[in-house]
Amino acid sequence: MNAETLYGLCAASLVGLGLFGSIVDPQPLRKILSFNLLGGGVFLLFGIIARRGAVAGMGADPVPQAMVITGIVVAFSATALAVALVLRLFEATGDATLRSDAPPRPSNDEAGP
Amino acid sequence: MTAGLALDAGLAVLVLAVAVWTIAARAAFAAVVGFVTYGLLLAIVWVRIAAVDVALTEAAIGGGVTGAVLIAAAARLRPTEARSAAERPGAALRIAAGVLSALVSAGLAVLVLYPPNPAPSLAPAAAVHLPALGVGNPVTAVLIAYRAIDTLLEKVVLLLALLGVWSLAPDRFWGGAPGQRRDARDGTLTLLARLLPPVGIVVGVYILWVGAVAPGGAFQGGAILAAMWILVMIAGLHDAPEISRHWVRFLLVVGPAVFLAVGLAGFVVADGFLSYPVRYAKPLIIAIEVVLTLSIAVILGLLVAGPPERERRP
Repeated sequence: MNAETLYGLCAASLVGLGLFGSIVDPQPLRKILSFNLLGGGVFLLFGIIARRGAVAGMGADPVPQAMVITGIVVAFSATALAVALVLRLFEATGDATLRSDAPPRPSNDEAGP
Repeated sequence: MTAGLALDAGLAVLVLAVAVWTIAARAAFAAVVGFVTYGLLLAIVWVRIAAVDVALTEAAIGGGVTGAVLIAAAARLRPTEARSAAERPGAALRIAAGVLSALVSAGLAVLVLYPPNPAPSLAPAAAVHLPALGVGNPVTAVLIAYRAIDTLLEKVVLLLALLGVWSLAPDRFWGGAPGQRRDARDGTLTLLARLLPPVGIVVGVYILWVGAVAPGGAFQGGAILAAMWILVMIAGLHDAPEISRHWVRFLLVVGPAVFLAVGLAGFVVADGFLSYPVRYAKPLIIAIEVVLTLSIAVILGLLVAGPPERERRP
């Protein structure tokens, strides 16, 4: 077994773990966390593909690397927006649940004039 | 087993253990701490598989800036945790989710164990045009030249995310400053916020500059600059700016706007959208990277600061 296979299997497990967490955990913030974990695994798989595409003078194929860098940035943007949405949900309802049958609470949000 | 492989095996086990902790931890705050550790460990993994550019980005974003956003959120959401924990799905759903996840992992593992031979690679194609661009780092070349449209759209995504975050503010706070005002207190944080930024700014600019020939570049440099700004804001040494300020708006768009302008100029002076005239490729790439770094730093800092929570000062 070489390092690429080792990290490849690690990445495959991370994707599974992240998927499990994002389905099973009821808290929105924990779902976001698990989804980022899953994303880390996917990026690592790209890294393995990049490493296997190494040629003389380059340790790894630069194209998947560049895609991963772009991917990390986009994942961060989505995470920041998702976290802001959860916090707004909490502000507006006093709770952060995704249940569709959650009891409506009086809104403490004074919307504009 | 060689020493290198033993290190790799230990690192892989550690990453998996931290990932399990992140999923299984009872308190959200502990899970977030696990996630930050996971990001930093992944950065070491990226170094081990010869992707240092990605390692810098992962450490700055996966470990740093995402961690800052998540820790602040976990602290605010703490009152809801007990109620949410009661909503755990039943055993049937958990088993189904477990089976599904195991199947996905197994499928990916098969792909890892039986890779195509020879491995597909665009590295030779990327190497051909490096001399013409005057950029020695192939990853920077892919980001700013070969796949420039991806990078341009990525900056637009960052801006859209920031607009999305801002749009969550109640109407009366629109145009105001994000977060609550923090007062500077004498302590470790304040000391760090005074000591680190001068060093951090130099390192950020260096990472940007060296990105042309070695691992580094606009995004990594911008993330470090943003981290310094965030540190100063958290310590209360400098308040977050009101989002309606003209200089804030200008810095946010200057990077993507210059990138787009150079891209459009490509129709006239080069072969088309986002292509550079051969003689001026290097100066143009550096000019784009400098303004992008500024915009990235401001966007990241404001994304961490969150939506406006104070009324606009007259």
